[in-house]
Amino acid sequence: MTTTTAPGGTTARPATGRRTPAPRRCPLARHSLTLARRNLTKTLRNPGELADAVILPVVFLVLFVYLFGGAVAGSTQAYLQYLFPGILVLTTVLTGQVATALSLVQDMKKGVFDRFRSMPVPRTSMLLGSVLADAVRYVLALAVLFAVGSALGFRVETGVAPALAACVLAAVLGFSLSWLSVLAAVLLRNEVMVSTVVFLLPFPLVFGTGMAAPVETMPGWLQAWAGVNPVSRAIEAVQGLLLGGPVAGPAAATLWWSGVFLAVFGTAAVVAYRRVVG
Amino acid sequence: MSAAFEAEGLVKRFGRTTALDGVDLRAERGSVLGVLGPNGAGKTTAIRVLATLLRADAGRAVVDGVDVARDPVSVRRRIGLTGQYATVDEDLSGAENLVLFGRLLDLSTLDARARAARLLDRFGLADAGGRRASTYSGGMRRRLDLAASLVGTPAVLFLDEPTTGLDPGRREELWQTIRSLADDGTTVLLTTQYLEEADALADEITVIDEGRVIAHDTPAGLKQQAGGQTVVVRPRDPAHAGAAAEVVARATGGPVAAPRGGVVTTSVEDEREFAAVVQGLEGAGVAVTELALRLPSLDEVFLSLTDGGRTTPKEDA
Repeated sequence: MTTTTAPGGTTARPATGRRTPAPRRCPLARHSLTLARRNLTKTLRNPGELADAVILPVVFLVLFVYLFGGAVAGSTQAYLQYLFPGILVLTTVLTGQVATALSLVQDMKKGVFDRFRSMPVPRTSMLLGSVLADAVRYVLALAVLFAVGSALGFRVETGVAPALAACVLAAVLGFSLSWLSVLAAVLLRNEVMVSTVVFLLPFPLVFGTGMAAPVETMPGWLQAWAGVNPVSRAIEAVQGLLLGGPVAGPAAATLWWSGVFLAVFGTAAVVAYRRVVG
Repeated sequence: MSAAFEAEGLVKRFGRTTALDGVDLRAERGSVLGVLGPNGAGKTTAIRVLATLLRADAGRAVVDGVDVARDPVSVRRRIGLTGQYATVDEDLSGAENLVLFGRLLDLSTLDARARAARLLDRFGLADAGGRRASTYSGGMRRRLDLAASLVGTPAVLFLDEPTTGLDPGRREELWQTIRSLADDGTTVLLTTQYLEEADALADEITVIDEGRVIAHDTPAGLKQQAGGQTVVVRPRDPAHAGAAAEVVARATGGPVAAPRGGVVTTSVEDEREFAAVVQGLEGAGVAVTELALRLPSLDEVFLSLTDGGRTTPKEDA
């Protein structure tokens, strides 16, 4: 005869001692760092992701210097000095955007975030964690860029401290703009779309500047765009910090715009994320 | 007795679709509630509401004494969730995965490591703990996933189709693990499309279909509710199937379908008819290898509850 299973284990059991520890202070910062570490570990174990972030700026640098250097500046050497600050800003604005957005999409799709969300983890820290992990990518990408740059003959004309300040300033801008990628990832949630959109989104910002050629040689509409483009201010500030020249004005503008991007894109990304995932 | 979780009249709409249309769920502490239903019945939505991933449009739910809408953060400290697909991080090792969850649950690094080691050991993953999860088999990933939901020693564990995609041997293995969790006092809510699974694990079963509860009972009660016990006779000599069918027809006083594969099966009103079948077979000298009085299978229960209008639940995810 077939037996039916009806285990009678319905006795009430005390729930004491079955609790997670009491919450500690500052969960947002702590959990963001924990999750940033997770993302970083993942990145380091997929060197392909890093290679992309590190190699792209170097490719642009080498390509531009040897293709256009003679035409734009008369010599590759003079052009390298002109181009390098722009490539430095390009590095932090482009680095890690696609990788970050893709890992977000995968985490959302695979249900990884569902598990995090069923835990006492602030939702913002899931996004913040992935953006923070970019900081390490910046360091690596900038180190490689400086190495290749000086191998080609680029010389910092100011000093170590201003050069570091240039890196920090560019990183701040890159950090604030990476929220645009986060927003795109949350809204699109599709690997193919996200990688294309997130790759191309920063292009008008990065290339609509005097990075590769003097603005005066451009058509009027592009000059107008380059004039108001916040990335132009960042490049000017970095030029000043690496080669000498005015710094305060463009640096302040860069910081101001970074704050605006952070506030607008960051808030939009968090709001969209909450709306999408419930 | 107190409820480990209790939901009343849960309603959840997604645009025009009503995923939950007034669902009640309840389980005593330390028991296993099986939520059974086909794809799209609302099982996952119900779990997501109880696990604070979704807000219900109406109704209320209390988990371990805490209202999920009012204090979701406290609820999150009391629950564990394992979704339909293993959500372990493949780039991290088994141990790193568990330590990460421990850290996110505010354990110190030391405590998180100790907890991870204990769980790996318990789930038979101690040797694989240092390896990346991408090298794990499907069964190992599931176990790691389950272990991950236990890092916080939850009072209530939500398992959304925990054995989806596992082969039968691995399923049995996971069932044993889930049973041992319930024996330790963890309350488990388990959704499944496998009737066999609910039967094997659950103390009580709630059947939902199209966002509504259509039955709630113990597995045995549910089978009874669907009515009609079945007598099954398999004569030792298949040639005697005809004679056996005659005996059964006389004893039950009704028409009996022609034997199939040498087995006579028909429904009986009560146990006395079964006794008459036993006596009749003896009198007719029909030797049998199988003689049983069966409750209907849960598949049959489900079909009768949903009007038999639809096919059995699909096996895909």
